[in-house]
Amino acid sequence: MYGFLIGVGVLLILSIIWMVYRIQTLVSVVKGSDKKIASGSNRVNAFLFVLFLIGTSILMFWYSYKEFDNYQMPIASEHGVVTDQLFWVTMAITGIVFLITHVLLFVFPYKYQYKEGRKAAFYPDNNKLEIIWTVVPGIVLAGLVISGWMAWSDITAPAPEKAHVVEIMGYQFAWEVRYPGTDNVLGDYDYRLITASNSHGVDFNDKNALDDFPSPIVVIPKGEPVLFKIRARDVLHSVFAPHMRLKMDAVPGMPTRFWFVPTKTTAEMREETGNPEFEYEIACTEICGRGHFGMRKVIEVVEPAAYQKWYSEQKSFIQQNPALTAGLQADVKELAEIQLEESKK
Amino acid sequence: MATSSVAHHDTAHDDHHDHEHHDNFITKYIFTQDHKMIGKQFLVTGMFWALIGGFLSVLFRLQLGFPDLSLEFLRPLLGGWIDESGKLDPTFYLALVTMHGTIMVFFVLTAGLSGTFSNFLIPLQIGARDMASGFMNMLSYWFFFVSGVIMFISLFIKTGPAGGGWVVYPPLSALEQAIPGSGLGMTLWLIAMVFFIASSLMGGINYITTIINLRTKGMSFSRLPLTIWAFFLTAVIGLLSFPVLFGAALLLVFDRSFGTSFYLADIYVAGEALPNTGGSPVLFQHLFWFLGHPEVYIVLLPALGITSEVIATNSRKPIFGYKAMIVSMLGITVLSFVVWAHHMFVSGMNPFLGSIFMFLTLIIAIPSAVKVFNYLTTLWRGNLIFTPAMLFSIGLVSFFISGGLTGIFLGNSAIDIQLHDTYFVVAHFHLVMGSASFFGMVAGVYHWFPKMFGRMMDAKLGYVHFWLTFTGVYLVFFPMHYIGIAGFPRRYYSWTNFAFTEHYTDLNMFVSAAAIITFFGQFIFLFNFFYSMYRGRKTTPNPWRSNTLEWTTPIEPGHGNWPGEIPTVYRWPYDYSKPGAAEDFIPQTVPLSHTPESNLPHEQEQVKLELEIMREDSEVLVANESKH
Repeated sequence: MYGFLIGVGVLLILSIIWMVYRIQTLVSVVKGSDKKIASGSNRVNAFLFVLFLIGTSILMFWYSYKEFDNYQMPIASEHGVVTDQLFWVTMAITGIVFLITHVLLFVFPYKYQYKEGRKAAFYPDNNKLEIIWTVVPGIVLAGLVISGWMAWSDITAPAPEKAHVVEIMGYQFAWEVRYPGTDNVLGDYDYRLITASNSHGVDFNDKNALDDFPSPIVVIPKGEPVLFKIRARDVLHSVFAPHMRLKMDAVPGMPTRFWFVPTKTTAEMREETGNPEFEYEIACTEICGRGHFGMRKVIEVVEPAAYQKWYSEQKSFIQQNPALTAGLQADVKELAEIQLEESKK
Repeated sequence: MATSSVAHHDTAHDDHHDHEHHDNFITKYIFTQDHKMIGKQFLVTGMFWALIGGFLSVLFRLQLGFPDLSLEFLRPLLGGWIDESGKLDPTFYLALVTMHGTIMVFFVLTAGLSGTFSNFLIPLQIGARDMASGFMNMLSYWFFFVSGVIMFISLFIKTGPAGGGWVVYPPLSALEQAIPGSGLGMTLWLIAMVFFIASSLMGGINYITTIINLRTKGMSFSRLPLTIWAFFLTAVIGLLSFPVLFGAALLLVFDRSFGTSFYLADIYVAGEALPNTGGSPVLFQHLFWFLGHPEVYIVLLPALGITSEVIATNSRKPIFGYKAMIVSMLGITVLSFVVWAHHMFVSGMNPFLGSIFMFLTLIIAIPSAVKVFNYLTTLWRGNLIFTPAMLFSIGLVSFFISGGLTGIFLGNSAIDIQLHDTYFVVAHFHLVMGSASFFGMVAGVYHWFPKMFGRMMDAKLGYVHFWLTFTGVYLVFFPMHYIGIAGFPRRYYSWTNFAFTEHYTDLNMFVSAAAIITFFGQFIFLFNFFYSMYRGRKTTPNPWRSNTLEWTTPIEPGHGNWPGEIPTVYRWPYDYSKPGAAEDFIPQTVPLSHTPESNLPHEQEQVKLELEIMREDSEVLVANESKH
């Protein structure tokens, strides 16, 4: 029944529009305005441009001001301060250009709308003007590029040697995290070694792998450099930690990396945002399939001392699952067993 | 479609003996070799695809804006893609996004825009009887048609169409285990694209050859309308970049079907380690964007060319800085090939490469800026007539500014770290290349409709269409900047899994509502288009009082365009409001010697030369006549 009523309504509206359309066509023919170069609509359109300019400007400024805290995410890394500053400098410059060009673009139609008897200015070129508006944007852009390039070089420079290493591996549809353990060196891995109990494909024949440990969340210390070693197991993923201003693709067959210095602990951030449930998050930003929108991982930033404590309490892969030692080379197996013995004490 | 044309054809064919045709329905409307009809074929096909592409976006905007809405009412159409609880399937959501992108970029804004206007306008504006190869031109359309049929079929198969994003990055697009759309759907996508590339290459070769070889007497490159310059450079870009996409697609076919490892390495998927090693997914990204970035200019340049023509005509002023416009288009053409890796700043490629591409990318902003300033100066002190085409052209300039400026953020690799693959990017390219090119296309339709069908479109409906679409586009894409700065990633089915994306449900709902209204607003245009084709007011030969050659043809030009001689060109196409001239426009076919009152000093000097050439010509003509 509703469907029928809606159908009738739509039909009625359409026929009314149709009638209005026909009537205005006939009226314009009778009035002869279809013969004129510019009809009265010219004035209306010219005015609408100005109205549009004023209306949208008010809307834009009001919303940008009102929502500032909602879209401006708090920054939690050292380089994030730099990139955000670049962002806002660029915003200021482009904002000014945006406003000036749009005021001209929408005011000119009003000011120079068609008037009978007036002739437009014949003004085909002016090389001086062309040079000015080639050189000036060139200089401004050069400034932006150079400051961007310096920031980019710093961000992508090799990580400091003392950086805390965390391996993040993406797969459909989650992240797995591995820490290098006491030796601070991640063990080798090989995708062919991946099994249900060894989802990272860690090669435990590599001695460095024996103390590697997994973690359900990413724990990192505040104020110290952290190096994310990023890889993917199946398709492309991308590690995105929005509060850290960090993003790097995870590529199967080609490990990538991103280092940074977190500046605020989770607890501090909870205070700053006034949200007691606040967590730093990692999301995936490279389309990877059905569950792309759900690859969440929590980052917990803690004070360095708390980090050291947490780090030393973690259990290695081997300790969590002694069966992994089966089939290892004799010398490595021995080391693994010593480790297991020690942990029992 | 052109029933009204019948009446005019007799006159058009009267003294037109060397091109006598006896067309039947099939050779006239289907396997036609007339560039004008081929242009119309591209246009109508492009409009069909725009409807499909737009409709797909309405579907996924429903999901994004109204996540709790039951989509049960779509079941008759989508069947199993709506699950038991009335929700859209997340895999199909990705397929919708993918197909929306593919269709809009390739079928609508490449074929629908370039195909329509390059075909329709090149011979008419340079003074040629037809394209260099009418047959190849026909093939170009039918390859496009086949490509479309294959892509259309892929929408309906059981495993769904390709779903790995329009960029089809492997390994996702190579592994059926990773997403069902990478099975048959992706195969059909690749086949369709191969046909599409062939089509656009045949078109491009034709456009270039025609422009270089078939210009009428006097039509030097420095007298070409900017539309033709734009089509020419677009074709050059396409010719150089599409083969690279073909190569990329071919290697992907090998990886998918023949066990090679160009793009695949070290993959463990669906409980199984694949044998592929040594390939590089980043290689595909390089190859893809080697086309993908020039593609942006392939869709944008024709729109800018159309805008230049429409703005100059309706400002009743010469386009400001004709030479500067050409130089900036040349600059854009060259630079468009060396900026591709700015799509890959965080792909894991060497950061040094990122620095280089950041420099190159921001250089390309300069010619774009020059174009904008030239448009603004063209409007300045003009005598502006707001035809619907003019409105859409001004709208294009606005989008080009808004979307272009956000490109300065994204081209800066340090800022791009945060913004990459967020809604900020979506807002950026939908404004600068999507909406701007779409507006160029619509402006072209309103402007050249009288030439296509001999009738006028209704201007009032055009105004309503413009204001609705212009406001609508801004209401859809401007809010996306805020959403993007807030870090919302692209291609997300829902926002509820993350705390940082839990807000802005209101804004997303607003965007969706605006998108749906704007989409349905386009039916005003469709009605206007088809109704005016049959019932629109009859046009005069030069309704916009324009200078270019197409308006010197009969109202409904036959095959061959001009009855009798092709007109000779004596001046550039932008002599509007010349001081001293009685009218505010002087067509290209008016010799300088006929307008001593308005000639500039350097033109007055050319008059003698021109008279000499004309005398020689008439001698040749007389000699030829006496031979008969």
